[in-house]
Amino acid sequence: MNLDATFSALADPTRRAILARLAEGEASVMELAAPFALSQPAVSKHLRVLENAGLITKGRDGQRRPCKIEMAPLNAANDWIERYQQIWEQNYVRLDNLLEALKQDAPEARGKRKKK
Amino acid sequence: MSAQVSLPSDREVRVTRTFKAPRQLVWDAHTKPALVVKWMLGPPGWSMPVCEMDVREGGAYTWRWRSDEDGKEFGFHGTFTEVNEPARLVHDEYYDPGEIGGDMPENDPALVTLDLSEAGNVTTLVCTMRFSSKEARDGAVSTGMTDGMEIGYARLDQMFAQAA
Repeated sequence: MNLDATFSALADPTRRAILARLAEGEASVMELAAPFALSQPAVSKHLRVLENAGLITKGRDGQRRPCKIEMAPLNAANDWIERYQQIWEQNYVRLDNLLEALKQDAPEARGKRKKK
Repeated sequence: MSAQVSLPSDREVRVTRTFKAPRQLVWDAHTKPALVVKWMLGPPGWSMPVCEMDVREGGAYTWRWRSDEDGKEFGFHGTFTEVNEPARLVHDEYYDPGEIGGDMPENDPALVTLDLSEAGNVTTLVCTMRFSSKEARDGAVSTGMTDGMEIGYARLDQMFAQAA
């Protein structure tokens, strides 16, 4: 699984929209081109990027060759980001608590100094 | 707001998070070892037995974590390349795989930039990690590659919005 290819392919909003459409079911190049105001060759170019990244496969239904979404690389990409996010968020929740404690200490310490 | 992760380029990862605290305190929590060891611990089950930091330009640091379960260790070390209290801290970061290994290269450091800004008693932290290569970035968190996870398109869309 090549995360890099997945991330590059997903970095384009049109390609994400194409994937969102394919998540609802298989579609031909023509069907995919319709809602995007893009030429068929332009859509085909996006589809090639998605196919090279393993995010879609093309069927063998004669000329139609419907495109189908492949979930495994998306799951891996999402998993990667989620792991990363979780590790940092766990750190930052602890940091929140530490900062609260430091905030409690700070005015108190200043107050004490003033009194002395 | 929980931490937001984005991918500004194919060699970078950026984490953004806000804290309800003055910037100076967030800075202290990142630069005083006695404070760092209280929060920079990663997933549950790890402690930070080594945290040495000489926070000045050219100063070195060493961080080491130990697994409670089996005592295995790994760490990071490097040098502070920019110290601008309390706004910006930059260091290079060499991975020391210790006994746990991992997919990160040992001799190609990442460059980590911490930017802190404050507005209305809220500090915004932006931590950008620039890796030596795409592969190094992707290896920075080895995934379980679990199947059957539900994918959230809205979530992915949000995450990649910055990268697009």
